[in-house]
Amino acid sequence: MGRCENLTILSDPANLAKVRTAVETSGKRAGFDKKNCDAMALAVDEALTNVIRHAYGGAPDKKIEISIEELNEASNCQGLMICIRDFGKTVDASQIKGRELTDVRPGGLGVHIMHEVMDEVIYERPPGGGTCLRMTKYHHRGEKKKN
Amino acid sequence: MSPAELDGSQVVKEIRRLDQAVAVDIRGDVDLHRSPALRETLARLIEENPVRLVLNLTEVGYMDSSGVATLVEALQRIQRKKGRLQLHSLRPRVRSIFEIARLETIFEIYASEDEALKA
Repeated sequence: MGRCENLTILSDPANLAKVRTAVETSGKRAGFDKKNCDAMALAVDEALTNVIRHAYGGAPDKKIEISIEELNEASNCQGLMICIRDFGKTVDASQIKGRELTDVRPGGLGVHIMHEVMDEVIYERPPGGGTCLRMTKYHHRGEKKKN
Repeated sequence: MSPAELDGSQVVKEIRRLDQAVAVDIRGDVDLHRSPALRETLARLIEENPVRLVLNLTEVGYMDSSGVATLVEALQRIQRKKGRLQLHSLRPRVRSIFEIARLETIFEIYASEDEALKA
């Protein structure tokens, strides 16, 4: 298991910036280039926005736990896994989908962005209620890792 | 520009009234925290029926889908009033979200304010 950073924030949108920074920093340490670090920060931001809006109905005082873990295999970093745990309203994962991009209207882009950026997006129902969203991005073959 | 025209979160740095256009200088991260203030300001400006609204994104370092949604809403509102919305000086990180969302062809996007005003 590689390095793991854990954060707990309240569901106030003012806290999104510090999580983005933590993802960018972890991504850089895991060997991702700036473009990918920025993209992962965006995906996490979108996931947290969905938690704030839908799991917590916009309430700014609810707990969200985030873990950012380097995936190591034989001392080689394979990628980054980010878990976002909320304790709010659960949604049937099969109903979570992005809208058609040709339907130009405000809203509905977050899920599309998450799937576009990350290699895996998995929703789980942990004991204790709420949702755990696990997003993973791997270093791809042929993509040079930044040292 | 009057101090009353500036929003509390300072996401709008300045509003400049030009000949046939209103230029809005936006700054900082436009995310769920700050996009509501931008939304309010743009809605208020659009109610004034500008011929065009030119948004300067030079100082916008980050935008998420709530920011994009704000701009889509503003675009649709101003188009209903026969006006135009133009964006310019997008940083690569901001441009990339428009590309991910396939919106780079929906908006008028320019490299500078001069280019936008000449178009």
